[in-house]
Amino acid sequence: MRIVLPLALAAALLAPTLAAAQTADSEPLPPRSLDLSFQEPYFGLYDRAALQRGYQVYKEVCSACHSLNRIAFHDLGAPGGPGFSEAQVKALAAAAKVPAEPNDKGETYNSSGERITRPGIPADAMPAPFANVEAARAANNGAAPPDLSVIVKAREGGANYVYSILTGFGQKPPPGFKVLAGKYYNPYFAGRNISMPPPLTDGAVTYSDGTKAAIDQEAKDVVTFLSWAAEPKMEERKQLGFEVVAFLVLLSALLYLSYRRVWRDKH
Amino acid sequence: MSGNSTYQPKTGLTRWLDSRLPILRLAHDTMTTFPTPRNLNVWYTFGAILTFFLAVQIVTGIVLAMHFLPSAVLTNGGTSSVAFDSVESIMRDVNYGWLLRYMHANGASMFFLAVYIHMFRGLYYGSSKAPREILWILGVLIYVVMVATAFFGYVLPWGQMSFWAATVITNLFSALDQVVPHMGGAHAPGIGTMIAQWLWGGFAVGDATLNRFFSLHYLLPFVIAGLVGLHIWALHVPGNNNPLGIDVQGPQDTVPFHPYYTVKDGFYLCLFVIIYAFLVFFHPDFVGNPDNYTPANPLVTPPHIVPEWYLLPFYAMLRSIPQKLFGVLVLFGALATLLFVPWLDTSRVRSMRFRPMMKQFFWVFVADCILLGYLGSQEPQAVWHLGGIDVPLLWPARIGTLYYFVFFFVVMPFLPLIETPLERPKSIAEAVLGTAQPQAAE
Ligand code: HEC
Ligand code: HEM
Repeated sequence: MRIVLPLALAAALLAPTLAAAQTADSEPLPPRSLDLSFQEPYFGLYDRAALQRGYQVYKEVCSACHSLNRIAFHDLGAPGGPGFSEAQVKALAAAAKVPAEPNDKGETYNSSGERITRPGIPADAMPAPFANVEAARAANNGAAPPDLSVIVKAREGGANYVYSILTGFGQKPPPGFKVLAGKYYNPYFAGRNISMPPPLTDGAVTYSDGTKAAIDQEAKDVVTFLSWAAEPKMEERKQLGFEVVAFLVLLSALLYLSYRRVWRDKH
Repeated sequence: MSGNSTYQPKTGLTRWLDSRLPILRLAHDTMTTFPTPRNLNVWYTFGAILTFFLAVQIVTGIVLAMHFLPSAVLTNGGTSSVAFDSVESIMRDVNYGWLLRYMHANGASMFFLAVYIHMFRGLYYGSSKAPREILWILGVLIYVVMVATAFFGYVLPWGQMSFWAATVITNLFSALDQVVPHMGGAHAPGIGTMIAQWLWGGFAVGDATLNRFFSLHYLLPFVIAGLVGLHIWALHVPGNNNPLGIDVQGPQDTVPFHPYYTVKDGFYLCLFVIIYAFLVFFHPDFVGNPDNYTPANPLVTPPHIVPEWYLLPFYAMLRSIPQKLFGVLVLFGALATLLFVPWLDTSRVRSMRFRPMMKQFFWVFVADCILLGYLGSQEPQAVWHLGGIDVPLLWPARIGTLYYFVFFFVVMPFLPLIETPLERPKSIAEAVLGTAQPQAAE
């Protein structure tokens, strides 16, 4: 008892200083700024080719761990999106294995306990890599990879942040910084210890349009794609917004002239 | 000014209607011929702007409610919920659903911006003083119901901030446990916890809470609409105050509401709507919090819980007080104080144009509210570095809170004892048409 009290007091006094010392190193860096076409708030649209390449990166790399629940295959052909043709959308859907509805015996699992699947149709949502959050956690060292459908809107810094995370691996931690077991150092992530292994490498995908698949390019493409996934109506929004504002400006000019005329002899 | 109707029904049908339900007479007298001071400036257009935004919120809200599902039941393997999914489906699958939702979410912000301007305007021109006390009190009630409505609305998308804001705010009631720690028996919860559980419909914020908040969120705007009706009624008995704060003396001081103020209100409304359109179409998430795009998760507390911007000053006051019950009392006291403004301000002069000292305290008060708003948005343990000295933000927040109350309870009642007001013009007409107050003509 006699020794516990002073110890507790010392700990209480030291704790804030220690905590302060630690935050200095684990405080995340501000995200790096990108200058992608759609980031311009008034007229910026998505780069169609980047969206298609970004989908390829998502499908071939990220979809192993991350779901994209809010996007269906037919969205890939919808206006304002990646602009795949109807035939391409059908082919992309058919290549995917989605969980099948109960068969005529009412089964959804086969005799070896595996989920029965069927080829996708355009109306299907992108199949998720894990059946539930517990399975996702179990397969990823205790940290469930979040669904990516709205990730760009769900993080301070948006597209810049996701890009910084994807390109922020491989840096040397400051001396004394402890990279925890099963985690990776990423200075843009809160606490700087992230459970996601570096997902991108040079040449992780092979682009059919001949673009060189360097990490930076892959990151920009997938960030463009995820920005569209979070905000599929962005192009419609900006275009309609231009018309609405133009109309309102005209209307206020007319209202101003009426106002001056009505009040002409009142002041 | 009420009662002397000039309405003349012209057709057989309108005469027939007028002797049964004089609703056209009411519309005519309140929206057409209503004598309005001829010197109202831009700050007087916010009443019309507020009415417009109430209508926008009700119309967009009713359509959103056709697609929204108030359920916290988990979906997508436990990573999302029915409510969150339904909002995302409004954004993606409903025709112009994104427009409705962005109009509704940003409409709430514009509504509050307008109401704050409207309230500061009322303070500045002394509009709460006799004979407009009830008008002012109705306004304060509208504001309080707006705060409640917006709070309930913010919970609906069931994101992380929705969930945790609901948790923090409902937990304020548990401060009352300090008053009655056990309701019947030593093991029973305190009265505050009991109230909180009654509000939640369970032992924590959950599905039942979301359902009832949706119900209330749907109800309260119509309560506001009713209060607005009373507010306008109470306005039309004494008539508008005006930037000079002097009474209307006769027809030479007024113009009919239509077309003079319909066109003026219309013009400024249109300018305000342009700002609104910029938010909706080009910066739709500017006022939002990114954390609210992460589905609610009761197991993960966000590092930094903040309310929407329009509640930040009160949040700063709450956090500036270490003792929970006292903090809650200060929070509600800050709102309740507004009810007494008509009697706290003892000056005989309404408009601060003619009160050289009060004017300065007023602008400090406006700055104080903005400062408190800023402080409310910062991390609770944040520190300012002022030339080598570390100032924990707690201190400016305390001083700001103190000034809020000093303004109402010291400056307002006692300043008139030492302040000499400037001379006021004899009449509105003289000020507008004569030379006394050139800028009052607007
Ligand atoms: C091997 C599995 C795996 C792959 C492949 C993978 N991720 Fe992750 N990702 C994770 C895990 C696990 C987390 C959770 C990290 C944490 O919370 O520490 C995560 C987290 C994230 C986050 C959220 C970071 C935050 O702020 O919370 C983003 C964004 C992300 N991943 C993007 C991607 C993208 C884009 C790709 C494809 C290029 C990808 N990931 C590929 C496992 C993966
Ligand atoms: C005083 C008027 C109102 C205010 C201030 C207000 C405010 C809000 C706010 C702040 C939100 C959260 C927006 C978000 O972040 O997504 C919201 C959501 C919502 N409101 Fe209202 N609201 C009002 C009137 C109404 C009315 C009259 C209805 C229905 C009849 C309604 C239905 C809804 C629905 C369904 C949602 C959830 C969808 C969403 O989050 O966008 N609201 N409201």
